[in-house]
Amino acid sequence: MTGNVMTSPVGEMSGTRQTAVPRMRRRRVMNAGDRIFLAIIRSAALVPVLLIILFVGILIAGSMPSLRAFGLRFLFNSEWQPNAEIGEDYGALPFIYGTLFSSVMALLLAAPVGIGVAVFLNEVFTSRLRGAIAFLIEILATIPSIVFGVWAFFVLVPFVRDGIQAHVQAIFGTGFVLFRGPPLGIGLLAGTLVLAVMILPMIVSISLEAIRMVPSSYREAALGLGATRWEMIRLAVLPPARSGLIGACILALGRALGETMAVTMVIGNKNVIRWSLFEPASTISSVVASNFGEAGGDNALMLPSLTELALILFAMTLIVNLVARFLIRRFAGDKAVIA
Amino acid sequence: MKGIANARRRKFTNLIAMLVMVTMLVVCLIPLVSVSWTLLSKGIPAISLDFLTNLPLSRQSGIGNAILGSLLTLLVASLFAIPFGLLVGMYLSQCASSRLATPTRTLLDVMSGIPAIVVGMFIYSLVVRPMKSYSLMAGGVSLAMIMLPVFARTSEEALKAIPETVMEAGLGLGLPRWRVVLQVLLRSALPGVLTGFFLALARVGGEAAPLLFTVGGSNFWPSHAPAELARLQPLTEQVASLPLVIYEYAKDPRPAKHAAAWGAALVLVVIILAIRLSTHAYVRWRYGQQGAH
Repeated sequence: MTGNVMTSPVGEMSGTRQTAVPRMRRRRVMNAGDRIFLAIIRSAALVPVLLIILFVGILIAGSMPSLRAFGLRFLFNSEWQPNAEIGEDYGALPFIYGTLFSSVMALLLAAPVGIGVAVFLNEVFTSRLRGAIAFLIEILATIPSIVFGVWAFFVLVPFVRDGIQAHVQAIFGTGFVLFRGPPLGIGLLAGTLVLAVMILPMIVSISLEAIRMVPSSYREAALGLGATRWEMIRLAVLPPARSGLIGACILALGRALGETMAVTMVIGNKNVIRWSLFEPASTISSVVASNFGEAGGDNALMLPSLTELALILFAMTLIVNLVARFLIRRFAGDKAVIA
Repeated sequence: MKGIANARRRKFTNLIAMLVMVTMLVVCLIPLVSVSWTLLSKGIPAISLDFLTNLPLSRQSGIGNAILGSLLTLLVASLFAIPFGLLVGMYLSQCASSRLATPTRTLLDVMSGIPAIVVGMFIYSLVVRPMKSYSLMAGGVSLAMIMLPVFARTSEEALKAIPETVMEAGLGLGLPRWRVVLQVLLRSALPGVLTGFFLALARVGGEAAPLLFTVGGSNFWPSHAPAELARLQPLTEQVASLPLVIYEYAKDPRPAKHAAAWGAALVLVVIILAIRLSTHAYVRWRYGQQGAH
């Protein structure tokens, strides 16, 4: 199973393709129907290109007033002052902090568990139940963000409040800055945990793909040398799958950065920077989701500021996704399509 | 003696590693169990025929118009995503090595990475502002934009998976290339294309973020008088949406609304699982065991 994935026919086929039948480029041999067909599908292929150009253009144009008014200061400013009489002032720092903190923490929590589960399912747990568990995890991936939000709001937040925060604060006291905060349950930790739960299935399924691509001969060689199962995993499975596993994590990070509904419901939406797990915070997507409705009217700079935040978020996810795809593609050839 | 001690240590490490991995699996399954348990135990009591068919403002809050609104939004999204996705998929599979193919593929990847909420803002500027109102159309377009990259890439893969000999046979019979693509290749690739479509549909079916600033929400049924339908009026009206209704009910301070939120969440999950599971069953039936991994 694991071996033949690497020699899958796709690579060979696209090779024969190019030699056996000439591509659609040759204009002279084409009849009218083919020419029209080619024109249609080619203009359709331009649609994604144009959409992205339009997308970036509209975001930049929309955030122009804020770019002009605040410039680079926007990135380092912590104010969120929509009152036009005092003078509007907006800054992105608390939201960038909240987004990065919650996503990176979620990844740190979910990555070891996700990779561990993938390794376990592929290398150790070879019973029939394996397929069922992998399927259950895939089901977890189809549950919508908003449903996780409802679950987090009514189940996770009380658990964080009574099950984690109360105990942690009883043991460490509230003097330590990381554990300070009102006994609400709502805050960075709740947001981080729900993000971790949401990216877990993604990490498991992409890691599984990466691990499956490791040739079974590697495993046999390790076992033949007398390795225990864990030594086989450590020496013969994880190293060759490494860039795929890292790619899985970075892709999950990209997903976590842009996640909106579930985080908005539990993170508290307060634009402050507090180095505590239990203090309310804000992410870029949560501030956009909760403030977009109020934008417009007197505060002329609010909508541009929110648009600029969206632009920053897009830039962050773009970088993360491109890095992830580069890693996965380098590892798997052009075959890996992760939708 | 030393060798035996060493072997014992290695076996012990192995045991610890196995235990850690079992713990991880349990940790991974806890949220799944917790989500499904609360969803079922709190959602089922909230669901009744009235709940499924009534309007929100009737005595018992109902989600009838939200279910209909969501289905309509998905329909509009599909009407945009299917033709464009198919054509892009055809281009990428037929002109795989042309100059436009690489940027198109890269930008499709970029598109699929755009956070849903940012897609919502984009469609707000692109459709809602010029039309001066929230609308079913805007919601559909925003979901279509999320579906497009997924569907286009899966269509491409499905078309590429058809053996080259099929194309050769078609051309050898004297058919022009476009007819081979549309009538032979597409038909053979249909199962894969359909699978990709339903996966994309299941993915956007539960999205709330792109709909926040596009569909607008509504407490009423969409216009359905024949004259209004003939003018396509529902397309330009605000429409209710299941994910947004869940969000509203969950934020509401009244406990009765919380029960409704759970009920609506269960309905949404059932709809999406139905799409996802029927796709899974279809793939199994069409390709046998190895098709569905």
